[in-house]
Amino acid sequence: MTDEIIIAGFGGQGVLSMGKILAYAALENDMEVTWMPSYGPEQRGGTANVTVILSDEAISSPVLDTYDTAVILNQQSLDKFESKVKPGGVLIYDPYGIHHAPTRTDIKVVPVEAMEATIETGQAKSYNMILLGALLKMRPDVPVEAVVRGLKKALPERHHHLIPANEAAIRKGMELVK
Amino acid sequence: MKREDIIKPENKVYSRPRLLDKNIMHYCPGCSHGVVHKLVAEVIEELGLEDSAIGIAPVGCAVFAYNYIDCDWIEAAHGRAPALATAVNRLYPSKVVFTYQGDGDLAAIGSAETIHACTRGENIVIIMINNGIYGMTGGQMSPCTLEGAKTATTPYGRRADLNGFPLRVSNVVSLLDGTCYVTRQAVHTPAAVRKAKAALKKAFTNARDKKGTSFVEIVATCSSGWKMTPDKSNKWMAENMFAHYPLGDIKDTAIPAGTAQ
Amino acid sequence: MKDDIKLMKGNEAIAHAAIRYGADGYFGYPITPQSEVLETLEALMPWETTGMVVLQAESEVASINMVYGGAASGKAVMTSSSSPGVSLMQEGISYLAASELPALIVNVMRGGPGLGTIHPSQSDYFQATKGGGHGDYHLIVLAPSTVQEMADFVGLGFDLAFKYRTPAMILADGIVGQMMEKVVLPPQRPRRTDEEVRRQCPWAVNGREGGRKRNVVTSLELDSAMMEKNNERFQRTYREIEKNEVRYEAKYTEDADYLIVAFGSIARICLKAIEEARKEGIKIGLIRPITLWPFPYEAIREAARNVKGILCVEINAGQMIEDVRLAVSDSVPVTHFGRMGGIVPNPQEVLDSLRKDFINPNPQK
Repeated sequence: MTDEIIIAGFGGQGVLSMGKILAYAALENDMEVTWMPSYGPEQRGGTANVTVILSDEAISSPVLDTYDTAVILNQQSLDKFESKVKPGGVLIYDPYGIHHAPTRTDIKVVPVEAMEATIETGQAKSYNMILLGALLKMRPDVPVEAVVRGLKKALPERHHHLIPANEAAIRKGMELVK
Repeated sequence: MKREDIIKPENKVYSRPRLLDKNIMHYCPGCSHGVVHKLVAEVIEELGLEDSAIGIAPVGCAVFAYNYIDCDWIEAAHGRAPALATAVNRLYPSKVVFTYQGDGDLAAIGSAETIHACTRGENIVIIMINNGIYGMTGGQMSPCTLEGAKTATTPYGRRADLNGFPLRVSNVVSLLDGTCYVTRQAVHTPAAVRKAKAALKKAFTNARDKKGTSFVEIVATCSSGWKMTPDKSNKWMAENMFAHYPLGDIKDTAIPAGTAQ
Repeated sequence: MKDDIKLMKGNEAIAHAAIRYGADGYFGYPITPQSEVLETLEALMPWETTGMVVLQAESEVASINMVYGGAASGKAVMTSSSSPGVSLMQEGISYLAASELPALIVNVMRGGPGLGTIHPSQSDYFQATKGGGHGDYHLIVLAPSTVQEMADFVGLGFDLAFKYRTPAMILADGIVGQMMEKVVLPPQRPRRTDEEVRRQCPWAVNGREGGRKRNVVTSLELDSAMMEKNNERFQRTYREIEKNEVRYEAKYTEDADYLIVAFGSIARICLKAIEEARKEGIKIGLIRPITLWPFPYEAIREAARNVKGILCVEINAGQMIEDVRLAVSDSVPVTHFGRMGGIVPNPQEVLDSLRKDFINPNPQK
């Protein structure tokens, strides 16, 4: 099993940390993993993306031109990465703020109303975890339990009280996938 | 009276400091470096620091200081002595580390390293020989060259509008919280030499006792660069340099505020 | 064992490995994409545990001269920076080489020239391997391609630096510095005591304890005859290093029709391209130089014996290709593929380039 994943959106949407939690979950699940971020000023606004590769085998290139799975959080990223999903791959996106929906028919396109959900619950910070939930539903690469253990490693101790809320958001995201 | 009757231990009034090597110095006649070297050697010996003193030599006339004073030395790149001293002192906190630099090395190319070592309060001694000229490279203008002074690169005299003003480094570093002792001395008379030695002794004591950075400026002559006889150089220094670079302690945190002269 | 496997960035691995090696000091200045080295060290506070000194200097110029001072005192000291900062360090690096001092310098390369970009590049190959500073000298240059190698090369770099009394460099790039993957950190070693430093480095400037003769560390020698002798001694050391310390990795070279030579992170991207190509029956081999100096000329010559062409893939305009050409002379065609300015080639581009150069040079329209 190898899953080559791109997660892309605006800086501040939790793109890099979502990838990081997934990477820690893979570590917990004894898989090989690479996490390669776009770095620098992107973290302060503008677009940010991270390539996460999960595999049972040794991983060669941490940098890719096509992906099995894309998680897209804004229009710019959709424009950039829609064409780079491999045929038969999965594209998860949040329709909030998307003016031109994906058009490809040779991949599985999965809209997830994550922003709507956070507006309903008032928990803006759980936004990226809802999308992670959707990803895990479509690509059960790692069990949710491993993600929770991964959260413990990815988050500093002072934020550990937020883990139950994060887990709830992940489960919410899984439910949102129809 | 015969020679043998005079040369006896009980008649001895002066001797070469034990840590000053017998190597013949390369300094020009009338140069202040030799006197300051001797004082540094005496101070290290008198404080019993010969096993722990580590000198950092500059690029400039004192580049060969390591040939004259018998302690461990590192020869730094131009201006970087305080950076080296920082590392050595932090890696060996029990040692006493000093830099020996000229005004070109310290105040021009090495100004950043000087300011930051002083503001970090590194427990080191920084000695700056201020003769207002680049001696070794042939007498060019330095940051401390006086206005009007003729050098190889200010052949018609330093002009503030062209070359800026002479830099009072000691006054600058005295404003930094990391310095504990800043003083300006000279070695042109026996009285001045005695005061300079006391200042150096205080500086090395501060470093030993980890009081912060001690900065000792020695206003000095450069007969060759100034194109004057040694005697004339001393007079010219007293008449001109001291007006811009007045002698005395500028900062001494051992003295309660308000009581310093 | 599982608990020993960590997930971290290459830059973080450098910091952890330095502490565990028992390094005595780190002096550095922030610059993207390597600031995590200094940040991680400051967060780990090794001065509380191993006694390692960590200091944020006022500039890269100060950093490398702090390293110079620390190395002259016999301690295991290091710095890290990225390309523009490493340019500033070149004078100090030349002094370290000239004074025969062991030290470790890490360059997490970004795209130049000038302020350039913060994104990954390998355009400092010439600077690192051909002597970026003045004078006839070499650094031992190690090129990591994984986070594990980032950690491992800290110890290897220090060991080689002390063995030969010469500075060593880890030449990484923004990819391997910024990416996270699994790493097993080396076990914690104690720092050498001052007594051990004295024994290992009798030349070190650390005070004339016990009344020993004075030590002087200097790169100055105005007597040309003496300076030539010094240079001859440096060159003898370099020949020794060339004889003993060449390191490289070879993959799929036995049956290869084509050879890719690539170092550092791009070698992994090439490996993916090679694996894809093998699915199509195109047999490509890979030589990954691990020591960029000393360069594995012999290994490349050997691997090139039966191939139809060599493609050098670098994230630059073509630098290592000069050494590859030196290795094989004119016996086999050698071409280059690279991207510049912080753009990283992807596996497909690598494969396309190899096809265009060697397999199908004149595609029919």
